[in-house]
Amino acid sequence: MLRRRHNDGKVVKITIDGEAVDARAGESVAAAVLAHASGATRTTPVSGAPRASYCMMGVCFECLMEIDGEPNRQGCMVRVEEGMSVRRQQGARDMERAS
Amino acid sequence: MPDQTAPGNFDVAVIGGGMIGPALSLGLLERNLKVCILDEGDDVLRVARGNFGLVWFQGKGFGMPRYVEWTRRSATLYPEFAAELKEHTGVDVGHANPGGLELLLGEEELAHRQRYIGQIYQQGGGKEYEVEFLDRKQVEEMLPGVGLGEDVVGASYSPIDGHVNPLFLLRAMHTRFQQAGGTYLPHHRVSEVRKNGGAYDVVTEKGIVSAAKVVIAAGHGLRELGPPLGLDIPIRPQRGHILVTERTKQILPMPISSFRQTVEGSIMLGVSAEEAGYDDTINTGTVAKIAERAARTIPALRHLNIVRTWAALRVLTPDKCPVYAESETHPGIYAVASHSGVTLAAVNAKVASGWIAGDPAPEQFDAFGVERFDAQKTA
Amino acid sequence: MSAPAYDIAIIGAGPAGMAAAHEAVNVGLKVVIIDEQAAPGGQIYRDVERVAMERRHDLDVLGADYKYGYGLVDGLQASSVTHLAGHTVWQIERNGTVWCSDGKIAKQVDAKRVLLATGAMERPVPVPGWTLPGVMTAGAAQILMKSAGMIPDGPIAICGSGPLLLLIADQLVRAGAKIAVVAETTSFTDYLRAAPHLLRALKGADYLRKGIAMRRRLKTSGVRIVSGISDLRITGSDKAEGVSYRVGGSVKSFAAETVLLHQGVVPNTQATRQLRLEHIWHEQQHYWYPKTGQNGSTEAEAIYIAGDGAGINGARAAEAAGRLTALEIACSLGKISRADFDLKSPPWFSELDHHQSVRPLLDAMFPPPKEILNPPDDATLVCRCEEITAGDVRKAAKLGAPGPNQLKAFLRAGMGPCQGRMCGLTVTEVLAAAHGKSPADIGAYRIRPPLKPLSLAELADMETGDGDVTLASPSSGP
Repeated sequence: MLRRRHNDGKVVKITIDGEAVDARAGESVAAAVLAHASGATRTTPVSGAPRASYCMMGVCFECLMEIDGEPNRQGCMVRVEEGMSVRRQQGARDMERAS
Repeated sequence: MPDQTAPGNFDVAVIGGGMIGPALSLGLLERNLKVCILDEGDDVLRVARGNFGLVWFQGKGFGMPRYVEWTRRSATLYPEFAAELKEHTGVDVGHANPGGLELLLGEEELAHRQRYIGQIYQQGGGKEYEVEFLDRKQVEEMLPGVGLGEDVVGASYSPIDGHVNPLFLLRAMHTRFQQAGGTYLPHHRVSEVRKNGGAYDVVTEKGIVSAAKVVIAAGHGLRELGPPLGLDIPIRPQRGHILVTERTKQILPMPISSFRQTVEGSIMLGVSAEEAGYDDTINTGTVAKIAERAARTIPALRHLNIVRTWAALRVLTPDKCPVYAESETHPGIYAVASHSGVTLAAVNAKVASGWIAGDPAPEQFDAFGVERFDAQKTA
Repeated sequence: MSAPAYDIAIIGAGPAGMAAAHEAVNVGLKVVIIDEQAAPGGQIYRDVERVAMERRHDLDVLGADYKYGYGLVDGLQASSVTHLAGHTVWQIERNGTVWCSDGKIAKQVDAKRVLLATGAMERPVPVPGWTLPGVMTAGAAQILMKSAGMIPDGPIAICGSGPLLLLIADQLVRAGAKIAVVAETTSFTDYLRAAPHLLRALKGADYLRKGIAMRRRLKTSGVRIVSGISDLRITGSDKAEGVSYRVGGSVKSFAAETVLLHQGVVPNTQATRQLRLEHIWHEQQHYWYPKTGQNGSTEAEAIYIAGDGAGINGARAAEAAGRLTALEIACSLGKISRADFDLKSPPWFSELDHHQSVRPLLDAMFPPPKEILNPPDDATLVCRCEEITAGDVRKAAKLGAPGPNQLKAFLRAGMGPCQGRMCGLTVTEVLAAAHGKSPADIGAYRIRPPLKPLSLAELADMETGDGDVTLASPSSGP
């Protein structure tokens, strides 16, 4: 679990698994999710093992998340935007977009 | 460790560790022959790794009914072959035989396919040929939940078609080969085969391997090795591209000639044909065309990410049919070449191996010799 | 074919890329810089502009070396460089064609020369438990400080080796994080091994001074620093709960909610591998780096490399190398003469020399430990994506897999979304050990496009010229 050292940044309202969350402008989606809760940010499509962000620089692909209905996006490479909907993925994605 | 130097004499030295060599070798080992596979290093032209994984019947054997029979025979033997591999090695090669489709976009493609399939049927003397045509509605029923693009007018379908995980097949064959006492020799690139008394010396980068019989199952390597041994077979490379998506939930219940969902969930997309010599680099234009057709056929594929593309070089004969030939000038040297190493793996292991061991040739083989290319040359 | 739109396409807006862009524009070249991040700076100067403008409190924590990057970013933004931010490069061709994507549309960028400034990544650290949530690279924690002003809440264990390890520990302490332990795999023998390099490193004495000061500061602020640890394990079932390791013959364990791993950085070779450039094995630091010639040139006429992507030398050396490579490119395009090059280059050569001089010492002081290179425990995951263990790799080696590419075929290792970035080095090492060969003889994964996944839609909607290709298999008919 992460915490913000200062809370003076501009608030960006997003949802994480449907829950309203205040993120801060400039943060990546992965950072916002890590600050929201500890533990897994997805489970793997291979064995269902719990995983979370590892490298934060777009290399490891552990922070794959569903962002605005689009699965398997690298959460560390996308900045939060007002109204964004983020979901932690369970296993393999669906072929269709979620919404 | 399998990486040792030229150990002793073998009954059969098989050149090539791809799809064909190991399959033949498994059959040879069952006859208690001493067999080695001579393979190259890690980063070479690996046709066997560029496979799509189809065990495919429909559309093969144009102009050669014997190839239709041979393919059918392999598809029929596959369940037993896959079961044996699993029993011995624990590796499930993922063989399934749910039938297969070739989806047709537009009336023109449909008419073309009907003509082509009809000709293969006629060439077989109007005997049994298990391919039928489905209209769009029938295809939709076969692929529930898969939204077809507007251009899809129908498909050709064969219940004989199926698929397999080609990588696991390769691993299972290699595992079984070593379990059954075969000797696998990587880093043994072969430069030459020489007659030495009643046997042959196979000259490799690591020394000489002696064997009574030699099978050249070396893909494009046959172009170099064959001619001095009386096996001048006009194979050529044809570049094919494959795209692979990320893993997704299971959606395709059966293989489609240009899409196949693996047991792991990724969808493979093909297929292309290009004349590019031995250049196996990726052509972005080709990748784009495959993607465009895939999106036209099943629009939902547009959402999936492509994680990998690759290009491999098919081993193609002028008539696209396989070669099984024993040299006339060098008896005991065999050439086996085909772009359908996956489809033919079962029949290679179960039947073609016997021919190398000394059984009479299967009746189909009079069509698979090298003479047909001489005829084409003079024609 | 029309002339390429740009003289240079620079891939990556870190120190090497930014400096190269600056230098290239100065000599009149038309430059495009393509970068995956939303803002320039690379990982080392990540978000430095925003921190300098809006989050000055974080600037104090991150320090002067970080703040230095603001000058480079500022310079880039004031220049006439075309900056494609948020664009991921997914294929590079040897002729200078670069394919990239903004996440929605795939684009083709044509340039006479391509300068790869793709930098480094942290060496993957395969130890038992390294895939548990709560385990991150030390660099990831630093990126979180830079990009979001975030620090781990709850006790942190920082484990591994390398100059960055202590720097990050120091930054975290200053940021108010709670550190349970800093456990170094480096031992006294590593320091001894480094001694002969001390003399050369004196030229880079400022690096050494900073390192010593950092260690002292950490100790005085009460951080527990342990050296010479081995057998590192992360405990926990659904997330990290602590670490254990062996030191001086006994096993120690500490509770920690966050475990930060670090074993130095290695060149990011995905692009250079995709281009099939020749690579060389770094015997001491156990990584691959692409072979470069004069000032970043390569065997491919249109392709150049600068910065840590060509071998690890650090940010300041990367900056100098970026400038030199830009000048070399200008020379190759006839934009400046060799005499001009000789006039402009000396300050950058001496800068490069200064910042490179400490490297042999660092390389000798911080060798990656054997248990990280070739995980002894068969159950340790090597390929995180496909969940392939060290034991699986050893079994495939016994089966005869001579190298990583055959292994990939056998196991699917390296076939997941990260495309071998996280397992490539380990797979090479494990195979090398199993076959009793040098990693140099074992080789590496072949890397194919796309360098990063992109949607089928982007590929399908691309406009490419009509090649001589048919969409048909041999069974589709004539």
